[in-house]
Amino acid sequence: MSTVADSPWTRQRSNRSARLARAALVNGVRAKTVSADAVVALLEALIEPGDRVCLEGDNQKQADFLARALTQVSRERVHDLHMVQSVLSLPEHLDVFELGIASKLDFSFSGPQALRLAQLLGEGKLQIGAIHTYLELFGRYFIDLTPKVSLIAAQAADAQGNLYTGPNTEDTPAIVEATAFKSGIVIAQVDTIVDKLPRVDIPGDWVDFVVRAPEPAFIEPLFTRDPAQISEIQVLMAMMAIKGIYAEYGVQSLNHGIGFDTAAIELLLPTYGERLGLKGKICRHWALNPHPALIPAIEAGWVESIHSFGSELGMEDYIRARPDVFFTGPDGSLRSNRAFCQAAGHYACDLFIGSTLQMDTLGNSSTATLGRIAGFGGAPNMGADARGRRHASDAWLKAGREARDGLPGVRGTPRGQKLVVQIVETFREHMQPAFVETLDAWKLAEQARMPLPPIMIYGDDVTHVLTEEGIANLLLCRDDVEREQAIRGVAGFTPVGQARDRAMVDKLRARGVIRRPVDLGIDPRDATRNLLAARSMRDLVRASGGLYQPPRRFRNW
Amino acid sequence: MAGMETLHFAFDGGRVLAPFAPALVGVVASGNLEVLVEPAVGSGCRVDIDTSARGFGPIWEAVLRDFHQRHGLAGLSVSIHDMGATPAVVSLRLDQAIAAIGGAQP
Repeated sequence: MSTVADSPWTRQRSNRSARLARAALVNGVRAKTVSADAVVALLEALIEPGDRVCLEGDNQKQADFLARALTQVSRERVHDLHMVQSVLSLPEHLDVFELGIASKLDFSFSGPQALRLAQLLGEGKLQIGAIHTYLELFGRYFIDLTPKVSLIAAQAADAQGNLYTGPNTEDTPAIVEATAFKSGIVIAQVDTIVDKLPRVDIPGDWVDFVVRAPEPAFIEPLFTRDPAQISEIQVLMAMMAIKGIYAEYGVQSLNHGIGFDTAAIELLLPTYGERLGLKGKICRHWALNPHPALIPAIEAGWVESIHSFGSELGMEDYIRARPDVFFTGPDGSLRSNRAFCQAAGHYACDLFIGSTLQMDTLGNSSTATLGRIAGFGGAPNMGADARGRRHASDAWLKAGREARDGLPGVRGTPRGQKLVVQIVETFREHMQPAFVETLDAWKLAEQARMPLPPIMIYGDDVTHVLTEEGIANLLLCRDDVEREQAIRGVAGFTPVGQARDRAMVDKLRARGVIRRPVDLGIDPRDATRNLLAARSMRDLVRASGGLYQPPRRFRNW
Repeated sequence: MAGMETLHFAFDGGRVLAPFAPALVGVVASGNLEVLVEPAVGSGCRVDIDTSARGFGPIWEAVLRDFHQRHGLAGLSVSIHDMGATPAVVSLRLDQAIAAIGGAQP
């Protein structure tokens, strides 16, 4: 080892060897297999102060056992860690800062821990490097935020350390690739160790240690929306989306947000969409988690393909029975991959539609609220024009034409544009207006000393704002004044909406920049829940032929 | 009921409806409302509101003014029992009630 250690070009590799030599001395470590009660000692032997550590926290799958173990290491030995992970979901993800084990954080999404994260930041317990989109953080794993040690989760391993992730592969390949090929160390928690894996998701020679966790890794059903909770207003807005945007542009490939508004669209395709004769003409290819609400549309033959960021609890058997639609392995179960699906959603989809908490009169939208730091997740990638896209589709070309028609010079150079739709009721629950003159994001940026206000989707990427009052087509706006009035013109009875210039809004409506339900041939009184292809969880199970098995908390029969 | 706020609005003008049977739409449930439309003497439109959400008088006024402009009806009284419905739901229920009494514009 001495000659290698002396080379100035192989210091990382020598350092890795030294760490592995220390680990080999830990009781309970036998080759790659580590007993659960030896994990804390293993982490203390492997991790050095100041290390960049990725603690796999995905959207769904959590390396929860390893997260707990990391909170139990000696602070004398392990401190000042720089955590680089996509999601802060478990209390342990912040406990490491509270306990003084970690001090710096780079991440994407922290919705479940948003309040505590803001508090810890205020108390000076941690320093935030930056808040990223998923793809952006994965990108930095290969540039300047490469993890030294990654603590990951898989469903099963064999003795060689090959890993089977099951349907929730999610972030694992991106994390492991960046760590293993830069002299880092990968430790995996698994539910079981078996002789033969159903399939290999991560090759064993990229994995250094495997520990069987006492409990299976925690997985959260994040994308299940009970159709019983969809309102008539959401049905109305879904009708407007299908008729006023999907049909209008001939949208073939798309990504949906996770709210009830978009679940309503999914449930209206086989009913309202069918009635409009749109089957086969729209919504054929999806970048989407396996949303249970999409089952009726899949069963009715609307959907040709779905690639997923992660899986959804209860959908396993249904996916297994529909391999022509989903990406599945030779074992039959889903293969998801957040990095690839984010890339697909960004470059290969014509449309993104999602909701937000606040939008200003420029169309900037944000889910940041005072006292909470929630991060972005994937929305900024999905909800942004892919400036590098070059392949054409009808929807992309039409959006590009509308945006550039009549513009001189470089701004008029023909190119397409992604459709980015913000679907929002003008008032949210408890009469919180969705439209505001100034986003809370500005104050939050000041409070948390961020370099920029945390805007989720920039106004110049938003092409359409859809509310119960109408659709504002921002592509057709030629200046900021028109854009502002188009947004005010669909902002309903919110203060922003009531401050509209009525004459100008009438003119924008005459030009088709604003379209009311009646302009689209939609009578709001037709927007009843009867239009939903499934009106309850039980309907979804029935539509799946009994293959969908919702988690217990969604069962009320 | 404790915590309820009572609001009254009256709008003048509009076409007086032919005699009609009262109509009741909606439900008294969280985020929803019940709307009762009855014939009334006089040439205006009177609206009485009981709402569980206090402090939204100006928004109610705007929603109802818009409703009155949309339908332009007179000779009716509207009673609303609201449990925190959004303006979107209120407008939808009002339109449903007017359709039920046959007062919708052709």
